[in-house]
Amino acid sequence: MALKIVKGSIDRMFDKNLQDLVRGIRNHKEEEAKYISTCIDEIKQELKQDNIAVKANAVCKLTYLQMLGYDVSWAAFNIVEVMSSSKFTYKRIGYLAASQCFHESTDVIMLTTNQIRKDLSSPNQYDTGVALTGLSCFVTPDLARDLANDIMTLMSHTKPYIRKKAVLIMYKVFLKYPESLRPAFPRLKEKLEDPDPGVQSAAVNVICELARRNPKNYLSLAPLFFKLMTSSTNNWVLIKIIKLFGALTPLEPRLGKKLIEPLTNLIHSTSAMSLLYECVNTVIAVLISLSSGMPNHSASIQLCVQKLRILIEDSDQNLKYLGLLAMSKILKTHPKSVQSHKDLILQCLDDKDESIRLRALDLLYGMVSKKNLMEIVKKLMLHVDKAEGTTYRDELLTKIIDICSQSNYQYITNFEWYISILVELTRLEGTRHGHLIASQMLDVAIRVKAIRGFAVAQMATLLDNAHLLTGNVQRKGICEVLYAAAWICGEFSEHLENPMQTLEAMLRPKVATLPGHIQAVYVQNAAKLFATVLKSGEGSADSTAAQEMMIERLPLFVQSANLEVQERASCILQLVKYIQKLQQKDVEIAEEVIALFAGELNPVAPKAQKKVPVPEGLDLDAWINEPPSESESEDEQPKAIFSKEEPKHSRPRHTEVDEKELAKRREARKQEQANNPFYIKASPSSQKVYQEAPGVEHIPVVQIDLTVPLKVPGLPMSDQYVKLEEERRQKDRADKKKKEKKKRKEKRSGRGKKHDSGPESEEDITPAHMVDIVTEEMPENALPSDDDDKDPNDPHKALDIDLDKPLADSEKLPVRSHRAAEVLKSPAEDGDAERSVSQEPKKKSSKEKKEKKKDKDRDRKKSKEEKKKKKHKHEDKGEDLLGGQEDEPVVQSEETSEVAAPPSSTTAEVSDLDFWLSNAPVPSNTQGAATVAAAAAADPVPEAASGAAPDSEPEEPKDTEAEETKSSKHKKKKQKKEKEEKEKKKKKKHHHHHRHSDAGGEESVQNGTVEEEEPLPPMSNYCLLAENSYIKMVNDIQGNLQDGSQVVVSVIFENKCESFLKSMEFNVLDSLNSKLQRPEGSGAHDGLTVPFQLPPGVSNEARFVFTMQSIVMPQKLKGTLTFIVKNEDSSTHEKLDFKLHFTCTSYLITTPCYSDAFAKLLESGDLKCSSVKLEGISMPFHHLLARICFHHHFSVVERIDSCASMYSRSIQGHHVCLLVKTSDQTVSIDAKCDEPTLLGNVLDEIKQTFSQC
Amino acid sequence: MIKAILIFNNHGKPRLIRFYQYFAEDMQQQIIRETFHLVSKRDDNVCNFLEGGSLIGGSDYKLIYRHYATLYFVFCVDSSESELGILDLIQVFVETLDKCFENVCELDLIFHMDKVHYILQEVVMGGMVLETNMNEIVAQVELQNRMEKSEGGLSAAPARAVSAVKNMNLPEMPRNINIGDINIKVPSLSPF
Repeated sequence: MALKIVKGSIDRMFDKNLQDLVRGIRNHKEEEAKYISTCIDEIKQELKQDNIAVKANAVCKLTYLQMLGYDVSWAAFNIVEVMSSSKFTYKRIGYLAASQCFHESTDVIMLTTNQIRKDLSSPNQYDTGVALTGLSCFVTPDLARDLANDIMTLMSHTKPYIRKKAVLIMYKVFLKYPESLRPAFPRLKEKLEDPDPGVQSAAVNVICELARRNPKNYLSLAPLFFKLMTSSTNNWVLIKIIKLFGALTPLEPRLGKKLIEPLTNLIHSTSAMSLLYECVNTVIAVLISLSSGMPNHSASIQLCVQKLRILIEDSDQNLKYLGLLAMSKILKTHPKSVQSHKDLILQCLDDKDESIRLRALDLLYGMVSKKNLMEIVKKLMLHVDKAEGTTYRDELLTKIIDICSQSNYQYITNFEWYISILVELTRLEGTRHGHLIASQMLDVAIRVKAIRGFAVAQMATLLDNAHLLTGNVQRKGICEVLYAAAWICGEFSEHLENPMQTLEAMLRPKVATLPGHIQAVYVQNAAKLFATVLKSGEGSADSTAAQEMMIERLPLFVQSANLEVQERASCILQLVKYIQKLQQKDVEIAEEVIALFAGELNPVAPKAQKKVPVPEGLDLDAWINEPPSESESEDEQPKAIFSKEEPKHSRPRHTEVDEKELAKRREARKQEQANNPFYIKASPSSQKVYQEAPGVEHIPVVQIDLTVPLKVPGLPMSDQYVKLEEERRQKDRADKKKKEKKKRKEKRSGRGKKHDSGPESEEDITPAHMVDIVTEEMPENALPSDDDDKDPNDPHKALDIDLDKPLADSEKLPVRSHRAAEVLKSPAEDGDAERSVSQEPKKKSSKEKKEKKKDKDRDRKKSKEEKKKKKHKHEDKGEDLLGGQEDEPVVQSEETSEVAAPPSSTTAEVSDLDFWLSNAPVPSNTQGAATVAAAAAADPVPEAASGAAPDSEPEEPKDTEAEETKSSKHKKKKQKKEKEEKEKKKKKKHHHHHRHSDAGGEESVQNGTVEEEEPLPPMSNYCLLAENSYIKMVNDIQGNLQDGSQVVVSVIFENKCESFLKSMEFNVLDSLNSKLQRPEGSGAHDGLTVPFQLPPGVSNEARFVFTMQSIVMPQKLKGTLTFIVKNEDSSTHEKLDFKLHFTCTSYLITTPCYSDAFAKLLESGDLKCSSVKLEGISMPFHHLLARICFHHHFSVVERIDSCASMYSRSIQGHHVCLLVKTSDQTVSIDAKCDEPTLLGNVLDEIKQTFSQC
Repeated sequence: MIKAILIFNNHGKPRLIRFYQYFAEDMQQQIIRETFHLVSKRDDNVCNFLEGGSLIGGSDYKLIYRHYATLYFVFCVDSSESELGILDLIQVFVETLDKCFENVCELDLIFHMDKVHYILQEVVMGGMVLETNMNEIVAQVELQNRMEKSEGGLSAAPARAVSAVKNMNLPEMPRNINIGDINIKVPSLSPF
């Protein structure tokens, strides 16, 4: 053996290790790829060997090659082999490789589940640690589901090293398996107060990460975090918490108010810049969330801005950057306070650091006004010229456009200036934002009617000089501008001074080199221009020349490879020829041609189409006709119509139809579109149809060759406008007559709504044009919804889970289980997957740390507590049994009342938070008895509790009132009693969460009675199944909500002896009616292996699924448990017989029912009646109800005084309704059910329950 | 959340890559190239934050980096991380490397990528900050190394000997590795 090892390692000597590989690669610089491929061949050989050391070495090398970009997924299986080595050295190599190259679609991952589980429970903490680290990188939904419970156990590991890793990895588990969040959350919360700072920090980290995405679910943790914030000294933790508060405050302004003071203190006191910065950030968030009317907050804003200014002025570029970043957040709500620092920000624009310049740019956006817009933009234009590197320049460009176009061009007083700025921007080389400039041009030209004349002139010049834009390849992006230019010239051609020239420019052969969609627009708009020319003088030289030119040049486009261009060109060519023909017959045609393009286009809001409501009865997914065998795509058309930026026109499909036919079709389409809600917007333009016209042939056209740059005199520069504007403003102040003139000129009636850009607002600056800015249109009955763009694929969406609701049974984390549970399909699977160690589910469900401490003992002490409870009723002696635990609420009372009273249900939780936030003095009791007030003086706990549960029981005050007159000694006693009661209450709530399950939430919401009344004694449905000197079994039976024929038996096995119990097999003799579900392939009499072993003193729970046929009768099944008792020196087979009792109650499922549904059910008359009387019941009515609810799975529908209606449903759907009345220790129960036998049995069982107590 | 941690040298050669979100290998290389391109053209006296990596992340993500002698340490993080905090974390990480390798230089990272990974695993786990206390990190790393040594025992001895011999046989080694003498300088920063 030893020899073999030595031999193996001698073999290894000649293998390359990682260092050799690296060295080799560095020595083969020229032929690296070749060298690596030989290395990979060697690695493949090494992986084939049996020696794990050799394999690990190979895998280590692969990890290195992976970093160099080589795909190593082919070795995934070998990586798994190395991971499963028993030696830490190799295991670590394996996990590292796995974490580097495994991902969700790596199929070998599913082989790793058991290995990882083994490593997680390894006695060596570093094995566990390495597995956790690895898992955090490649956890899949399957792994998360299978391992969630194991990881959760690790969260309470003794070693902080493991705890903190387990806590952190839970976040990944939540992401992959959202169902685990609720069961794991209480423990996670508990870790916030872990004694180890590392673990605490990890828990804060995870919760912050969760809360960032779904803040509202974590509001209830605010008090706890607040406490942490004021007590922690760890800056990492503080930063995270403060960031978290930043996310929470928008949801709860009161929280913000509470935060401001401690945050301001921190700002003043801390020396850590990072902390200071985060504090400022959160204060800003708070200020944003608060209504701005609060006068005393201006101080806070000033403080923030002041601190930020210090940051920005700092020589450290990092601080400068962050200062600007935070400043931009203030800007949104308090622009005034930022604007005063304009100098500083403009200064930052000149910074050598691009990141800083970008941030400063962001700020500029909010600082412009009508007064300084031109100045700022001028400055930016200078930067554009200077900027090297296209990214920054592009950023500048978008910023300029953003700044100018913000809030509907609010700050632009002179649109001529803006157009010239846009034209200047087209000179930028290599920008990607041609389309942005183009859409701005279109937008301005369409919406600002007064500017059209100027815009058209500019665009005509642009078109004329198109070769400058398209000159080199670098300028590809910018030629988009021509799209806008051509369209504007065509659409508003009436403003053109020299349409002939523009027409010529649009039909130059060079145009054919432009992208197809631009050519198409060229061709289309050439037609519009032609119509204009024709109209201006039919038969004139110009129009004949135009005709000639069209007929000569269009064939070039007819040959285009682009279908769109080709189609439009041939269509228009035919139209022109037809016009020519008609003109030869001396037909006046200009009016008709111009009619083709009549009508005005209105801008359509970008979201307009989304907002068109779907008409009633229209199913968009249904086929209108049978799906065609081969799809013909005809659907580009509507898209073009709806796109605001590309207002293409619909076009006729056939070019050879005569005009009549065309007119007819046009009419038909008009009709159709009028009736179609989807056509409302673009209808005027879509009605345009093309016609032919006769023309004259061949008029010589002068080729104008302009080589001048764009700064030709024809194109005014924006700088001019700045000067002009200055002059104008001065002039304006002098005389205002001009304005009125303009106003008259520019007032035109448009279809859209208009509003002025508002000259009154800023210091007398009147806009150069009285501008109508046409608003974008929306469909008539647009839905006002603003459910904007949330990414539906965001994994965090799944984590939007209410964490305050009590846990339902169905939410327990799945644990390794025998197959029967797995037979159930998906939703049911979660519901019935087995629970873990017996104490564990309790921990999951309990909400309070202190409670949890007690939980461990609870199960074992359950019987003791039952006795205790009885003792409490009569005397105080029993107290001592509780020992130190008893004191806890008192010791921590201050805290509990301040921080978190035990949150039992959503409502209680919310009221807790309210209580904490409201800062008001503790409410002086609702049911007002002086006793309680007296008690409160000594012990605030019950008060906090009563604050949380305002409508408490009338019975309690009654008997305390009786006591009131008694001596102080009695008072003391009573306080103690209250303590006990509080304790009991906690327990009750705890149990309620734990087993009372599903309907808990609704029940308390609807009825509010059972939950919040006087404390109830602890209850358990677990009853003794069998017991011997080795093992004790208790069980509970619950119906399966998902499957009407199944019940789930949960059995807790407790090892009572000093030996190890293993190989437990659970078997039941099936009856005709009921069968134990066994895994497929096993015989009808085989036992089921219990999926765990029991060390001494430990208990654990397993679930078994039974299939039932009839549920109307109770039944008993005989069964046996066999197991091996293993001592240090011997092991013996043992067996334990038991009888499993299926009561009818166990077939009932707690189902909430609303009173109206309940009333209907009773009226329906399908139900059979039965009743029962219980004598000598002395317990309070609500105890009675709670018992029925708990033990018999009913829910309270309605309760009036001493009368209550209750409801439950069997797994097979039988309705069971109860009417419970009480008077003088007699309880009468009238019951109705559609199955009399079942009802009788249930009533018998209820009777029995009460006879026992 | 930290989305990725990249270490590369002044020439863009990766020395350690750690992605906390899956990217295929070629994409990883592209990201390294892009990041290197963004980071390398920046002066040393500009700020350490960068936006605009188009391949990794998006608007919510930032690149936070530090440049030490021949190496860039780049963290790609989202907005839940404190920028200054991460800068400090990089510092902690590098100081830890310095302690573990005793005057760390690029060579250490080149030849012991695995060890650097193990150290990083004690600092960041699954994209979240695990530990920021340097002494704690160093202690855990050393305990694990000790464990590895004890496991090696007899069987690893010959391999170690051979490896030593191999190193001896390569007198030209420093020449091949021309940046060998430059240590990563660890400036002492103001406390976080």
